[in-house]
Amino acid sequence: MSNTPRHTALDALHRSLGATMTDFAGWDMPLRYGSERDEHTAVRTRAGLFDLSHMGEITVTGPQAVDLLNYALVGNIGSVGTGRARYTMICQADGGILDDLIVYRLQDQEFMVVANAGNAQVVLDALTERAAGFDAQVRDDRDAYALIAVQGPESPGILKSVTDADLDGLKYYAGLPGTVAGVPALIARTGYTGEDGFELFVAPEHAEKLWRALTEAGAPAGLVPCGLSCRDTLRLEAGMPLYGHELTTALTPFDAGLGRVVKFDKTSHADDFVGADALRAAAERAEAAPPRKLVGLVAEGRRVPRAGMSVVADGTVIGEVTSGAPSPTLGKPIAMAYVDAAHAAPGTPGVGVDIRGTHEPYEVVALPFYKRQK
Amino acid sequence: MSNPQQLRYSKEHEWLSATEDGVATVGITEFAANALGDVVYADLPDVGATVTAGETCGELESTKSVSDLYSPVSGEVVEANQDVVDDPSLVNSAPFTGGWLFKVRVAEEPGDLLSADEYTEFAGS
Repeated sequence: MSNTPRHTALDALHRSLGATMTDFAGWDMPLRYGSERDEHTAVRTRAGLFDLSHMGEITVTGPQAVDLLNYALVGNIGSVGTGRARYTMICQADGGILDDLIVYRLQDQEFMVVANAGNAQVVLDALTERAAGFDAQVRDDRDAYALIAVQGPESPGILKSVTDADLDGLKYYAGLPGTVAGVPALIARTGYTGEDGFELFVAPEHAEKLWRALTEAGAPAGLVPCGLSCRDTLRLEAGMPLYGHELTTALTPFDAGLGRVVKFDKTSHADDFVGADALRAAAERAEAAPPRKLVGLVAEGRRVPRAGMSVVADGTVIGEVTSGAPSPTLGKPIAMAYVDAAHAAPGTPGVGVDIRGTHEPYEVVALPFYKRQK
Repeated sequence: MSNPQQLRYSKEHEWLSATEDGVATVGITEFAANALGDVVYADLPDVGATVTAGETCGELESTKSVSDLYSPVSGEVVEANQDVVDDPSLVNSAPFTGGWLFKVRVAEEPGDLLSADEYTEFAGS
């Protein structure tokens, strides 16, 4: 990858808004515009606007598109109806997670796979390689889309004011083509914040018009632009994994507590999808003798755990923090961590995190930390 | 942003007030506060502790990171700002005033502290 960061179609706009920018997976992205805690609170209580154009879109089409995706991914893509979306993963032959994905079925024979920015090339290469022998095409559409998300309890009302699309009929994890603020868009009811919200895939040349229209429409409801910093604390509170932290090639979906995304009973390629054998073994292992488990930790003090710090009990290392941050909603530091099964039950006493040499007491809790009231 | 003229600055982005009866006030600059993001936890040196110019004497923790706090001078800590311990966001909202960090009875001052104009150029702010 070149050292020159890539810029989204909204780059100049972010700078005019005074954003603090950060390098993320080779992209120059907004970290925050003002206070990241205020941005976090806006999404929890009102609405926030995100530029997520770094995400990697890959289009899969053709008569055997379903068969290819059933073979290449761990989910049963054949069961995804047109206009619906599915959270799934792509694994190595050894079961290790290459990436977590959202797959949208745009038409009967057309799918959009959305990969994490840092893994988009890996996913593209894997899909292309795995497509051999299938009557299906894999297309790199990373430059075809800008992605703008509006998230938070006020987001349906804000979006309704700039589109005629039937948002009430648009369920969670569904997507439909429509027009938003005069711009053609794929409107998806998805997100990574733990709140209701929408993700809008548009042509890059339309991104600025859409952003400005949403900013204007959302102003009375308190919508603010939001950076990746609050996106991280929002997803952490919601107990959502982040690739490179909770998910890596060293872990299978079962190790990550996400075995439910693996379907051994598929509409096609149930027996020979990539990683099937290793994942069957991983499923049995998780059932019989689970290795470490992913848990939540809530601080009793104020020092913040960070990824890579050791989780300790009785002076022994029993796990590792994968993500940690001060939680604006709980008002305390929180973390996700893989810990030995013996210490994974909520309320397990004597668990701490080694924060630069000091063992700070932490409470083991079930994930997520935060669940919205519906 | 503008860095107050009456203060002097370290290259670790701390500011130091003029001494009054031998005691000077220390804080971090607005540039540093902006770079940190929302400060959520401040670990300040204890009253009575000896701090040494250029050495760590505490921590400031923000959403994304933890940063060591360096003392711009050597001396004995005579007061830590309890308001900042109780509400660390003061460091962001008022870095040069209410968000001061600690007061130190100055024993020795390094010769390489920067003026406001020099610091502004150094920080590129």
